[in-house]
Amino acid sequence: MKLLVNFSKKAGQKPIIAQVVKDTGVLINVERAIIDSSEGEALIDIPDDTCRIVKEKLADLGATVRVLEHGIILDETECVDCGACVSVCPHEVFYLDEHWVIRLREGRCVLCGRCIDACPHHALYQKDEA
Amino acid sequence: MKKSIDLINERVRDGNARVVTADAMPGIVAELGEEEALREVDVVTTGTFGAMCSSGAFFNFGHAEPPIRMERIWLNDVEAYGGLAAVDTYIGATQQSTTREDQYGGAHVIEDFIAGKSVELRAMSRGTDCYPRRTITTDLLLEHLNQAIMCNPRNAYQRYNAAINTTDRMLHTYMGMLLPNSGNITFSGAGGLNPISNDPKLHMIGNGVPIFLGGAQGMVIGEGTQSSPAGGFGTLMVSGNMKEMSQDYVRAATMQGYGVTLYLGVGIPIPVVDLDVVRSTAVRDEDITVDLLDYGVPSRSRPVVRKVNYAQLRSGLVEVNGEEVRTSSLSSYRKAKEVAETLKVWVEQGKVNLVLPTRPISPETRVMPMHESVHGPRVLDIMDKRVISVGETEEIRAAAQKLLKGETNHLPVINNSGLLVGIVTTYDISKAVANPGKATLVRDIMKKKVVTTTPDEPVDIAVQKLERHNISAMPVVDREMHVVAMLTAINLGKLIGGRWLK
Ligand code: SF4
Ligand code: SF4
Repeated sequence: MKLLVNFSKKAGQKPIIAQVVKDTGVLINVERAIIDSSEGEALIDIPDDTCRIVKEKLADLGATVRVLEHGIILDETECVDCGACVSVCPHEVFYLDEHWVIRLREGRCVLCGRCIDACPHHALYQKDEA
Repeated sequence: MKKSIDLINERVRDGNARVVTADAMPGIVAELGEEEALREVDVVTTGTFGAMCSSGAFFNFGHAEPPIRMERIWLNDVEAYGGLAAVDTYIGATQQSTTREDQYGGAHVIEDFIAGKSVELRAMSRGTDCYPRRTITTDLLLEHLNQAIMCNPRNAYQRYNAAINTTDRMLHTYMGMLLPNSGNITFSGAGGLNPISNDPKLHMIGNGVPIFLGGAQGMVIGEGTQSSPAGGFGTLMVSGNMKEMSQDYVRAATMQGYGVTLYLGVGIPIPVVDLDVVRSTAVRDEDITVDLLDYGVPSRSRPVVRKVNYAQLRSGLVEVNGEEVRTSSLSSYRKAKEVAETLKVWVEQGKVNLVLPTRPISPETRVMPMHESVHGPRVLDIMDKRVISVGETEEIRAAAQKLLKGETNHLPVINNSGLLVGIVTTYDISKAVANPGKATLVRDIMKKKVVTTTPDEPVDIAVQKLERHNISAMPVVDREMHVVAMLTAINLGKLIGGRWLK
């Protein structure tokens, strides 16, 4: 399951995700992270059954955590099955099936947002934008 | 053997006609042979569904009371042409809204009308004796218009060159999003299903021929603008009644960073009258080759990276310099097939009366570039030839003195052979002076990645470079990298009030 973690970075503080891994023993897969000098946002993937403990630990360390239930979402009424999204996605989420219909491997999506810009038909969106 | 168009129409009427979609034809010809295929197949239907920027529609609104002769016209804030008198207008698909920019445009107005949505008309006039009214605002549905005739100057490109980007910067083009460093390839068109690809000599496709346009029965008006069938890039001018169209085949779109466009379904039935038609409709994706162009070069003649055919493009991966690059179609192959199949059903049901062109379109036409009587400004027209440079082994202090004297903020750095190797700015020098460290020579503090231009480069391209790198000056170099001049933001001032802007 994927969690979107936002945190502020204070001088001298230990890297927050490393701290959680150390304290909980859960293997966290960081799929995407943008961190500058004062704050950071990371998309992490963890085993479903560790969700509660990881969330609590992150909250203790001052981060805000949001559970992402969905990867990118396709609006089928807008989509024309062109395939413009296929080659721009860094995680190969999209493919055209044998009937030339676009298909998603949603689990691979790290919500980088690139395909949203590439779709000429505004057919792709993130859940909270809907 | 030849088959007359009358015989084909007769077979259609009797329900005996064999109609196939173009993608089935190569297989049929391979199996039956050309002669037998000619006897067997009566009509081949083609189709394509993709971005067709050069599209639009004529509207007639009927007269208001008191009447107005509209001079400036907006539909949902998208300006339409006001030069057709009284209550006629033409709206172009790529015209953008004055309020919503590239999120709404002429294509959206067309789609909204077809979808049954209400569209706001606003118009102004100076008022005349016969048309006293000066302004009007009203909400309209498609059914309120006397005519809504889609009329597209340039549709159904025979094929289209594919796009790649070798620069290190993401590009947003009408060919979609092009990732840096040849990260992806985009292409457009339905290959072997494309109408003109099935009749490249334009034997059967010509003026007056019935077509599928946006879900309605339309027709070919004639040669499309910019048509270049001699080079394999034919286009068609087409029209159809918007009131019979369907949103399934008319979709507004936005190419991020480029603008609004219209995705449109176009299909043409090709009567199989002779062996030439059999051969031309047996075309396969692998027979249709295009250039893969580098869109990183902002010029009319973009470099060709390689040749590539539609089968390779559609496979999803194309090899470029030893690496597999992923491809994206911008047009929809599924929809293209749907167009060809719908058209097949129409023909089978006798809804389409097949005709020969009332006038042929020349297959010899070749597109010409623009005749430019005045050439746009080039860097050499405005560059500053007084170059003050500094040697890479000179001391930082020497550079500081040159900057002070030279009324410049940028010093190109040259090596022993006089070639450009870096650049230092006033900022680099102040920094070095404020934090004296180990650096003593110019080469220790210079920036080695220098953005340069050439005397021949159009100023518009040079300005793009300055903006993109957020810099105010760059060296002008010759082929060997000798600095021949500098181009600064101040030089650009020469353009204003100069002869270029007259
Ligand atoms: S780019 Fe958009 S419209 Fe095209 S296939 Fe992908 S989601 Fe569908
Ligand atoms: S958001 Fe990023 S990772 Fe997810 S599908 Fe779009 S491009 Fe791929």
